[in-house]
Amino acid sequence: MSSIKQLKQDLNQRFKKEFVFNQICHSHILELETGELTSVLQYLKKYQSFDFLMCVTGVHYPEREKEFEVCYELFSVKKISRLRIKVFVKEEEVIPTAQFIYPTADWFEREIYDMYGLKFKDHPNMKRILTHHQFKGYPLRKDYPADLQQHLSESLEFSMDNEPDGKAPDFKDKDLIPLNIGPSHPATHGTLRIMALMDGEKIYRANVEIGYLHRCFEKMAEVHPYNQVIPYTDRLNYCSSPMNNVGYCKTVEELLDVEIPPKAQAMRIILCELSRIIDHIVCIGAAAFDLGALTGFFQAFTYREKVYTLFEKLCGARLTVSMTRVGGMANEPPKNWFKDILQFCKEMKGGIKDIDTLLTYNKIWMQRNQKVGVIDTEQAISWGYTGPCLRSTGLNLDLRKVEPYYGYESLDFEIPVGTTGDAYDRYLVRLEEMRQSVKIIEQVCKNVPAGDYTIRDKDIVLPEKKEVYGNIEGLMNHFMLVIHGLRPPKGECYSATEAANGELGFYLVSDGGPKPYRLKVRPPCFPIYQSFPHCIQGFLTSDAITLLGSMNIIAGELDR
Amino acid sequence: MEEKKISLSNDKFQNLESPFFTSRMDRIVAWSRRNSLWPMTYGTACCGIEIMSVLGPRYDLARFGAEVVRFSPRQSDLMIVAGTITEKMAPIISRVYEQMIEPKYVIAMGACASSGGFYRAYHVLQGVDKVIPVDVYVPGCPPTPEAVIDGVMAIQKMITENRPRPYKDQWKPGAYR
Ligand code: SF4
Repeated sequence: MSSIKQLKQDLNQRFKKEFVFNQICHSHILELETGELTSVLQYLKKYQSFDFLMCVTGVHYPEREKEFEVCYELFSVKKISRLRIKVFVKEEEVIPTAQFIYPTADWFEREIYDMYGLKFKDHPNMKRILTHHQFKGYPLRKDYPADLQQHLSESLEFSMDNEPDGKAPDFKDKDLIPLNIGPSHPATHGTLRIMALMDGEKIYRANVEIGYLHRCFEKMAEVHPYNQVIPYTDRLNYCSSPMNNVGYCKTVEELLDVEIPPKAQAMRIILCELSRIIDHIVCIGAAAFDLGALTGFFQAFTYREKVYTLFEKLCGARLTVSMTRVGGMANEPPKNWFKDILQFCKEMKGGIKDIDTLLTYNKIWMQRNQKVGVIDTEQAISWGYTGPCLRSTGLNLDLRKVEPYYGYESLDFEIPVGTTGDAYDRYLVRLEEMRQSVKIIEQVCKNVPAGDYTIRDKDIVLPEKKEVYGNIEGLMNHFMLVIHGLRPPKGECYSATEAANGELGFYLVSDGGPKPYRLKVRPPCFPIYQSFPHCIQGFLTSDAITLLGSMNIIAGELDR
Repeated sequence: MEEKKISLSNDKFQNLESPFFTSRMDRIVAWSRRNSLWPMTYGTACCGIEIMSVLGPRYDLARFGAEVVRFSPRQSDLMIVAGTITEKMAPIISRVYEQMIEPKYVIAMGACASSGGFYRAYHVLQGVDKVIPVDVYVPGCPPTPEAVIDGVMAIQKMITENRPRPYKDQWKPGAYR
C-alpha cells in the first residue's frame, strides 16, 4: 500500500493540490474534477506507469445533484496495481475524451454515450454503438424500463465514419469498391459486421459495426437478484461459460468479503481450465474451418464434446452450466467425476498432439497465418489487449500469475508467450495454453481438498433441500433468503479473472439492496475488436478472416 | 442389355427385379424434399455453438439428410434460427428470409428465437416469429442436440404429409410487431 501513498505524494506535489483518495473494498479510488481529468491521466500514464486503461464505466444516481459518475479503471503492469478514477458530472456536462491518451477509451466512451447520454468532448465519433440507430432514450438510466423495446425499420447503411476526424472519406473518385461483410456471414461466427473499402483485393479502409447481439446484460443484471444473474453471465462468452460464472461470483464474494472453501476453489479452477481448453478448441477449430481445414474442426470438436459430457455429469447442462453460486458451488460433484476428468486429460493430451500435427507445420496454415495482423506490445497495450493476443506479442501478463486467486500460486504451470504478435503466434500460444491447462487440471484433480463445496452462511447460501424439507430452521432460512434476498453491503468493487480471451472484469456497485445497483462487464474482446479496422488496413480480404479467427471475437461478450 | 419382361399380374410388387414402381407425384416430391433439406444456420449466439455440435461428429445431422449446410439463403430451404435475435438484427433476418426460395421452412431453435427467452429486455426481439413465419419451435436454452434433431424430423414429417401451413400462407410482413 506504500505505493499508493507514494503516488498520492507525487500527485499532490505535481499538481499542487490535495487530491481525494478513497479506499472501498480493496480498491483505491481517486476523485477528480472533469477539468483536470486529461492532465492527470496523462501524468499517470507517463510517469506512474499506469499503461492500461481496462474499462470505463458509467453509473447513474438519479437522486444526486451530479447524477452521473464515470469510472476509469487503470492498471499498471510494472507495479501490478490498480487505480480507479472517478469524475462526477451532470447530464449536460461534457467530459474530455481520454482516447488520445488511451486509444482503447474510444468504444468505451461511445458505450457510455449510448447507455447514459453523456457526451465526450473532442470525441470524433460520438454515435450509438450497441443499440440500433433509431433507438430513443438511454437504456441504462434508472428511469428507462428494462422491457421497453423499440423497433428498427431499416438496417444501418454502409458507412465509413470511423475516421479520426469523424468524416467519411469520399471513395467515389478513388476507384474504391465498398464491400460489406456480415452481420450474418459464416466467416464472422456470429453477428459481426465489417464494412470495407477495397482497393482491388486489398482493404484500403475498414469499419466495424457491433451491437447485433446486444442483449442488455447489464440492464438485466440490475433487475434480477444476485444469484439469478449467474445464468445471464453464462451467455456472455458462451464458448467458456463457467469462467464467466466464476468471474461474477468472485466479484460478489469480494464485495461480501467472504472466502470460499478450498474444495469450491479447486472445482472452480477445474471448471475454468476445462473451459479454457474448450474455448481454445472453438477458436482454433473455427479458424481452421474458415481457412478450409475442415478436418481440424471436427477433430477439435470431438474433444469439446468430451468436456460437455463432463459438464453434463456435473450439472445436467452442456453449454450453459451455471454451476457456481455466490459462496461456492451449486452441488457436490458426482462420484468419480474427478477420475473422469483425469481420464479426459489423458485423452486430451493426444488431442492436442493431433491438432498440433494437423496444423502447426501445415504449409497452408502457416502461410495464411504468419505475418497477419502483426501488433507490437506497446500498441497492444494501448488498445487494451489482454490474454493470448497480448501474450503473443511477448509480454508475460497473466492474472493467474500476477494477481493469483483460488490457489493458482501454488500450482506448477507456465505462461507461454509469443514473439511476433501475429495470428500464427496467437495460435501457438493458445495451443500451449491448452497443454498447461491440462497440467493444472491434473494437479488439482490428484489432490482435491476435502470438505464442503460451499460456505454455510445462512444469509448468503440457501440451505440444502434436505434441511429445507427436514427441519424448521432450514425452512425458515430458506424463506428468509428467498424473500429478503442476498444483500451485500453498500460498496463497489472491480474484480478480474483471467478468462480464455483475456481479462474478464466485473465492476459491481451495491446499494445494499437485493439486486446489483450496477454491474459492468469488461469483456476481453471488446477492446481487442476495436483495433480490428487498424490492424487490417492494407491486408487482403482473406486475411480479414484469419485475423478475425485469431482474435477470437465472441459476439455474446462483445455486445453483451 | 437384356430386356426384362414385366408381369402385370398382382404379384408385381413382389417382383423385386421390376424396374418400375408407382406412386403419386406429390409423394415423390415430398420424399425427395424431405431427404435433402439444405439448412442455413442463422447462428447468432450460444445456440449457434450448440448447432455446431448438432452438425459435428457426435450428433451428425447428416444421418437425417440435412447436412449440406449452406450459408447462402438462395441455396437453402431450411432456416435454423439459432440464437437471440435483437431489434438491430430483425430487419436483416427478414431480408435474408425473403431471399430464400420456396419451399422454405424455419426452425426457431431455443428459447430466445422462440420467444425472446429470459431476455425480456429493451433490445431483444420477443421471438423471431414477429418477423418471419416459424414452422417448428424447439424449446431449451440451449436445446440439446437431440431436441434439434427432433425438430428437423418434425419438419420432415410435415413435408411428407404435405401439411397445410396457414400461418405461413397468410403471413404479412410487419403485421406482428
Ligand atoms: S436460447 Fe439460451 S442458449 Fe439459445 S441463444 Fe438464447 S440464451 Fe443462448
